Amino acid sequence: MSAMPVFTRKAARLYTPPTTLGGKLRDARYLILRRVTQIGVLLLFFGTLHWSWQLAGAPLLRGNLSASELLGIVPMADPFAVLQQLVSGHALHTTVLLGAALLLVFYAVAGRVFCSWVCPMNMVTDLAGWLRSKFDVNNLFRLHRSTRYWVMGMALVLSALMGVAAFEWVSPISMLHREIIYGVGMGLSAALGIFIFDLLILKHGWCGHLCPLGAFYGLLGKMAVLRVRFDDTTCTHCGECVRVCPEPQVLNFRKAAESGMVTAGACTNCARCIPICPEDSLDFAWRWNARPSQGAPQPRTQP
Amino acid sequence: MQARRREFLIKAAQGAAVAACGGLIWAQLLRREAVASVLALRPPGALDERDFAATCIKCGQCVQACPYHTLHLARAEDDAPIGTPYFVPRDIPCYMCSDIPCQVACPTGALAPELKDIAKARMGLAVIDAESCLSWQGLRCEVCYRVCPVKGQAISIRNHPRQTSKHALFVPFVHSQACTGCGMCEDACPTEKAAIRVLNPALVQGRIGSHYRLGWLSDTPITQDFTPPEVPPATGPAAAEPPAPKTAPGMDVLNQGIDP
Repeated sequence: MSAMPVFTRKAARLYTPPTTLGGKLRDARYLILRRVTQIGVLLLFFGTLHWSWQLAGAPLLRGNLSASELLGIVPMADPFAVLQQLVSGHALHTTVLLGAALLLVFYAVAGRVFCSWVCPMNMVTDLAGWLRSKFDVNNLFRLHRSTRYWVMGMALVLSALMGVAAFEWVSPISMLHREIIYGVGMGLSAALGIFIFDLLILKHGWCGHLCPLGAFYGLLGKMAVLRVRFDDTTCTHCGECVRVCPEPQVLNFRKAAESGMVTAGACTNCARCIPICPEDSLDFAWRWNARPSQGAPQPRTQP
Repeated sequence: MQARRREFLIKAAQGAAVAACGGLIWAQLLRREAVASVLALRPPGALDERDFAATCIKCGQCVQACPYHTLHLARAEDDAPIGTPYFVPRDIPCYMCSDIPCQVACPTGALAPELKDIAKARMGLAVIDAESCLSWQGLRCEVCYRVCPVKGQAISIRNHPRQTSKHALFVPFVHSQACTGCGMCEDACPTEKAAIRVLNPALVQGRIGSHYRLGWLSDTPITQDFTPPEVPPATGPAAAEPPAPKTAPGMDVLNQGIDP
């Protein structure tokens, strides 16, 4: 019997921050891309409204994150807002239904990327999270991560009972983007409230525990096609990825090894974990390109 | 086992209590925030305030589509629920574009796509404060009548006789069946504070009620300058008769030939 290749997990080594500018930029590539997308989306809305940005005679991106129209033809709409309106018992025009369907398909492919790549509140909570890592702040109380699903359910129940879109009326996210784009709507107080809550009361409190919109995209994200792929053969279980992840419960080594990817819908595809991995065991891939290990850890030939 | 079940039940009750407290506070917020506001003037085609509040997604596309920058999204301190579009006629009125771009831009149907003719829009109702209206003081102002886009139908000028030795007043009257609430009159009113204002009809309009039978009105129009709805020409011998004059002879000498 020929000798079976023996799997030995390498000894863990931690992430060493690069010293060169090139290395730093390389490791911050997804962070930079995320900020460019987040600010870029807001800028497109802002420019179309205030500077009449056009392309081929059509307004570039009209509206805001609740509902918009790209180039005067492609409708887009926040599917959760539309769902609440439908639940409130009101018939809606086809434009907004099409727009919601379009984004539903997009986020079903790309995962919960709204939260980390589009939502303006993400910049607020990321700042709070970053400051939190500088000072040692304890949580004031603990809250289960599933609370947001209850909040989401409550939003739908209240929409049905009150006859209005319950979360849309109190959403700090909507207040913030309306503030940024149109200059109206309590956006700064909403952002400040969330910032203080995340900084001093509960770590990742808003995005990770309470936000019903994130919960909605999290449920949708279960079927996401774009995934963080996990290579169990090179992973040393050093845990660096878990430490930077805003939703650390999604990085379960056993589950990730079984399916070869991060399967949880709550993963926002923010890609913090990808550059920080000292072994390059994580990257983006379509879910059918994931390499699940069969049962036991994947055998790996020794060099 | 008993203790476990007991613990579970208490936990469940506590969870339900937290949900109930949160839900009550949330519902209260909604009641205060999203209740129908009778003060705001909405863009043309807007559904009833209650339905509008539920259907408007607060995207501001109507605001962007308006070529006159008439519309704004409401701030927290404004008289309209936060984020919803409204306008203040004294600042910029609705100029009643015939293609209704704000309504076309609305993705949800909160500005009902059924509205095709802007003259059928009912954004509000002009109301005149006779105490500060120049015409009611005896001046020949009539600016509101001149600027009204549904001229002669939404606002008409009536003479209002006074006692002997005082000349009659020529005063504007608003007709709710034609007023679109565009607010051009309010915008143009020359008094320091507009003497003609557009308000939500719900604030000012009464209803006689069907139990009153105004028998003397069955054949004749309500007022002398009221334009009766178009009646299809009758066939037969009755058609030969000349139509009854809209105004009593000699009563509207000054405006004859000017009024449509």
